[in-house]
Amino acid sequence: MTVTKADLADRLYEELGLNKRESKEFVELFFEKMRQSLESGESVKLSGFGNFDLRKKTPRPGRNPKTGEEIPISARRVVTFRPSLKLKERVAQYTASLQNKKQENL
Amino acid sequence: MTKSELIDLLSDEQNQLGYRDVELAVKVILECLTSALSSGERIEVRGFGSFTLHHRRARVGRNPKTGNSVTVPDKHVPHFKPGKELRQRVDTP
Repeated sequence: MTVTKADLADRLYEELGLNKRESKEFVELFFEKMRQSLESGESVKLSGFGNFDLRKKTPRPGRNPKTGEEIPISARRVVTFRPSLKLKERVAQYTASLQNKKQENL
Repeated sequence: MTKSELIDLLSDEQNQLGYRDVELAVKVILECLTSALSSGERIEVRGFGSFTLHHRRARVGRNPKTGNSVTVPDKHVPHFKPGKELRQRVDTP
């Protein structure tokens, strides 16, 4: 039960009538444009879904959890995702549906 | 980059699709992602990242204004983990 690029392409094929190749290309391009934006240092803000922001991390000492060996973690730039209120509300419906199921089973 | 800027960029590169179709396609993709998460499914996009739900347990919180304690029920929150390609491309200065 994992949604992949192939599932997204199928949906475009079904709902928009793009052919399979066009659908696949579109999905690929959709994510590539977001990567390009983030790569160039610009965050991506998709209203109703969420924001992909960039954060600078300062160097810090780290450790290999297996061996306990100390290794420095260098300064880096990372992507963080902040879900929009709308997405959080939709996800809350899932929590509610689980609770309803639990109650039915009692 | 906003959603409308993304739509502009995509329609510039997609000659076979008109602006309205690109707009609709973006809407369909985002709705598909949202409905997957809200039915408890995970999303995995190779080279970009994966979306999963994290569970937050119920807890006793406080109203910061009044200091009254309130119970905050458990909930699920969306979580994004960047994929290898995205991580590497974003980190190279």
